[in-house]
Amino acid sequence: MSTIRIAAPTIANKGEVIELKAMIQHEMETGYRRDRFGKEITRDILKYFECFYNGESVFKAEFFAAIAANPFLSFFTTATESGTLEFRWIDQNGVASSQSVELEVS
Amino acid sequence: MSGMAARLTVFCGALIVAFASEKMIAQEITSFADRPDLSPDKVQSGFNFLTAETQQLQTDSFANPGYLWVDKGQRLFTDSKEGKSCQFCHDANSEGSLIGAATRYPLVDSATNALVNLEERINLCRTRHQQLPEFIYESDELLSLTAYVANLSQGMPFDVVVDGDAEPFFNQGREYFFQRKGQLNLACSQCHDDSWGKMLRGDRISQGHSNAFPGYRLEWQTFGSLHRRIRDCDVGVRAEPYQLGADIYKSLELYLSWRAADLHIESPGVRR
Amino acid sequence: MKKTATENSRYDLIDRRTLIKGSAAAVGLLLLPQVSHALPEDVEAEIAELFDTREIQQGKVTVTVPPISENGYSVPFAVDVESPMTEEDHVVRIVVFAEENPQPNVARFELGPRAGKASIKTRIRMGGTQRIRAIAEMNDGSLWTSYAFSIVTLAACVFDPGT
Repeated sequence: MSTIRIAAPTIANKGEVIELKAMIQHEMETGYRRDRFGKEITRDILKYFECFYNGESVFKAEFFAAIAANPFLSFFTTATESGTLEFRWIDQNGVASSQSVELEVS
Repeated sequence: MSGMAARLTVFCGALIVAFASEKMIAQEITSFADRPDLSPDKVQSGFNFLTAETQQLQTDSFANPGYLWVDKGQRLFTDSKEGKSCQFCHDANSEGSLIGAATRYPLVDSATNALVNLEERINLCRTRHQQLPEFIYESDELLSLTAYVANLSQGMPFDVVVDGDAEPFFNQGREYFFQRKGQLNLACSQCHDDSWGKMLRGDRISQGHSNAFPGYRLEWQTFGSLHRRIRDCDVGVRAEPYQLGADIYKSLELYLSWRAADLHIESPGVRR
Repeated sequence: MKKTATENSRYDLIDRRTLIKGSAAAVGLLLLPQVSHALPEDVEAEIAELFDTREIQQGKVTVTVPPISENGYSVPFAVDVESPMTEEDHVVRIVVFAEENPQPNVARFELGPRAGKASIKTRIRMGGTQRIRAIAEMNDGSLWTSYAFSIVTLAACVFDPGT
């Protein structure tokens, strides 16, 4: 299981624009490198990231090999109601990793 | 991403320019007074040789990627699926707390009289007290646990013992630091004592301190141990590198901890 | 294709030692990380595929990368787009290109009025000194672009045999 770090406020005012930060442990192997025996290292990257706010998609990213290892993302969303923020990554083979945090909106 | 041959050629060329006029190195340097270029008032962390962006990456307690390993290490530390967890003996609020522990490593293990570094101590704990197999050096698990334990000493200065039982190891490590090696015939000291602050291609040469490690290196695009970092230097001067965890690297590690004087442990540091 | 007589005779002139040296060099070259760069045309082709021939205007977009990056493997990148991010007027997509990378695509972002602010940060790989370009697509279909330069310096000791 990949290690994931999420930074999101736990409380926010309704209508407040909040910053969400997410980082996941992943090599983002480009497919352009060779090992010490000269053999090509196969590409292995995370392809998609999506953030769901109470199940509704609020931000999507598509990654290419040019995203640095251990991808970091910062983006914004408007606090509308209390609930769950889910952060989900999908790799090139369709395998998903995700983590959720709770947000209380008043 | 251009050809590596071109890079190496430029590298060698730069070294020849940098060291063509270097004097022979001192044989016996035993105290700070003997090395005016690196007296305690001049000791600087590698942090000071980074660009502002890389410094910010290290000091950002969320975005520093090294914390991915610290987090994982904490999870392993408290994991009791295979019996007693590390936490069981080393709770932060107990006598077994490991806060500050990393400042004292490497140290001589009283049971075996061998020099032991933090990675090895974690493995010894596993075999002696947890009846678990050792982790492979540089495995994600060992790196993560070391990252967590080292991070518990973040902000504290090294406090290693270099006399008594430790003296032969210290002397061996110091010797290695001043010994010319590799096809380029360079000693660690020629870059990191005599030439720090000078440019080597795009880099400003640092003083070669160990206080960022285990740490995240941009060049590696991942987290790694001090021994991996040392091995890169050995390869850089075209010397045959030793295995990670080798006795000679542990001795060098002891010398480096002493040499870093009052520098604080930054682990997880971020370096180029 | 058959070799011509002239070519064959030219080969005959090369002595064995040279040939061996030459093959060794060729093998050596194969082992090097030879990676071709994208061309500005590749970026144009990507843009044409995404946005057809729609007009792309300068402005509204700000790309931020450090003027000097001491390592191309992890360059802090930010893109900001001027937009009220309301239901009526918002950014729907941002695409990012690095023209000198082996593959010009860096990332594509989809957002909407719920974002509140069109501001994204990440870390990218840059295969050398170049400009990083971003294009923002608005909900009215208009396209806006800007770019920023970063000089990527090569480190001195860039030889890691791996572990």
